[in-house]
Amino acid sequence: MSETFEAKAWVLGDDIDTDIILPTEYLALKSVEDMKPYAFSPLRPELAGLIKPGDMIVAGKNFGCGSSREQAPEVVKALGISCVVAKSYARIFFRNAINNGLLLIENPDLHDDITEGDTVMVTPGEKIEYNGKQYEIAELPDNLMEILNAGGLVKAMRKKNGLE
Amino acid sequence: MGMTLAEKIIARAAGVEATKAGNIETVTLDKLMSNDGTTHLTIDMYNKLKNPHIADVSKLVWIVDHNIPADSPKTAASHMKMRDFARENGITYYEGEGVCHQVMMEKHVNPGELIFGADSHTCAYGALGAFGTGVGCTDYLYAMVTGTSWLLVPETLRFNLHGRLNKGVYARDLILTIIGRIGANGANYKAMEFAGDGLKTLSIADRISICNLCVEAGAKTALMEVDEIAEEYLEAHGRKGQGTRFRSDEDSVFAETYEIDLSEIRPIVAKPHFVDNVVPVEEVKGTKIDEAFLGSCNNGRIEDLRVGAEIIKGKKVADKVRFLVVPASRDVYRQAMDEGLLDIFMEAGAMVMNPNCSVCWGSCQGVIGEGETLISTGTRNFKGRAGHKDSFVYLASAATVTASAIAGEIIAAQM
Repeated sequence: MSETFEAKAWVLGDDIDTDIILPTEYLALKSVEDMKPYAFSPLRPELAGLIKPGDMIVAGKNFGCGSSREQAPEVVKALGISCVVAKSYARIFFRNAINNGLLLIENPDLHDDITEGDTVMVTPGEKIEYNGKQYEIAELPDNLMEILNAGGLVKAMRKKNGLE
Repeated sequence: MGMTLAEKIIARAAGVEATKAGNIETVTLDKLMSNDGTTHLTIDMYNKLKNPHIADVSKLVWIVDHNIPADSPKTAASHMKMRDFARENGITYYEGEGVCHQVMMEKHVNPGELIFGADSHTCAYGALGAFGTGVGCTDYLYAMVTGTSWLLVPETLRFNLHGRLNKGVYARDLILTIIGRIGANGANYKAMEFAGDGLKTLSIADRISICNLCVEAGAKTALMEVDEIAEEYLEAHGRKGQGTRFRSDEDSVFAETYEIDLSEIRPIVAKPHFVDNVVPVEEVKGTKIDEAFLGSCNNGRIEDLRVGAEIIKGKKVADKVRFLVVPASRDVYRQAMDEGLLDIFMEAGAMVMNPNCSVCWGSCQGVIGEGETLISTGTRNFKGRAGHKDSFVYLASAATVTASAIAGEIIAAQM
């Protein structure tokens, strides 16, 4: 998890809420795979189709505010998003993302500097590099890293059960 | 150094003498509420575990409210899964009884309890001095099978309320004003505690409305200490003396303290597409509406229906406007029926629906189309929240919503 990776950035604004990430009308779809095309659709209907596995999202403050629907972080993860870098996160979304193995990074500056489509170097728990500039990021505590590395809380529990 | 109400509840649930903001505690949950928004996902994950079992089934309460009655084969299948699992495992289960938080307040929440709800508006339980917090279905599952979870002890924002609200101004106006002031993430990770002599002027219905909306400021929970008004409510609902009463110590530390003069609050509207996008009603006066909604866990109680009925009595819903009235629970529905309120609404041309989440969450019923505008006592006005992505939701009090339903445009009620 602490290995450096490269990701193409998709840039969103402040207060990206859970109804934007996945609107209510698609929650009843059978699987998260079926939900993928509708992620972020109220804001940018084309976006889900453009995101490639390994890409990242860079957003402003309060990312994931609103509902506790876990389909929101699930669908972001299912699109192959490697990490989200935002100025801040709403707390329920933060827990849900970790529990689904989606890496969230908090940084106050990257969003102000970045241009959509640019490539960013990410070293989880250590730093982000972009356009010759380095951005410090915090380390996540061991117990959360354990959940992230397992790919989510249920997978971590299954691992403890000897099922994975 | 003293402890806050939030710290005391977490310390009790963690079995430690004291804790403070910033600590991470492992807590034993007192109750675990889940609804049909995500319970089917919890069950799927549960079935993937090895020899899973429920730590204490007596703590689980499952409530079908988001899509009741089922509106498609998909939601029917999700309900069947939830119903069968609840029956097989002996889980307390409600279907058609009301919106989950209202049912919890009427039947289950006790002071001092630590409650997880797989729904963001679980913070409503603070109206009875309980620490309710919203979680996702994975956190819920973990708590369901282990009986425990971890919690970061939150800092507390304290709101001292003074005086009383003027006639025609409601708890909804107060909490929207506060959210407008501190912003949609102004209380992120924090507890919002309400106190002061002004609190004594607010009913339990008002208090639920206030606590319920605190998640729209990012709060982890909302809290109020139990007083005689809360005790009366508990007694009237058969739970006299249950739970534990805590209060913040005189010398407890608050991250921020706000003094709020209730007499200064005015009727407020939250404009599309954010709950903190608030303005006085006059500023959006004349905005044409297509639909009005009186209901939800925020404003579907008997007190709200009385406000609406008084305003609409003898009048008619505007031409081309749909007015949905949705009592928050079966008890509220029956009381409104006994008091003749439902008759008043129907006489005026409103549609009275069964208790459920309705258009507040943009599914099941009342969904609005492209370019349409809804004025609502619901909880959120995010883009697309009530239906089409290009539609508009304004949030306001029961009085403003009802007056607007009659006028066909946004207007403050003449009280």
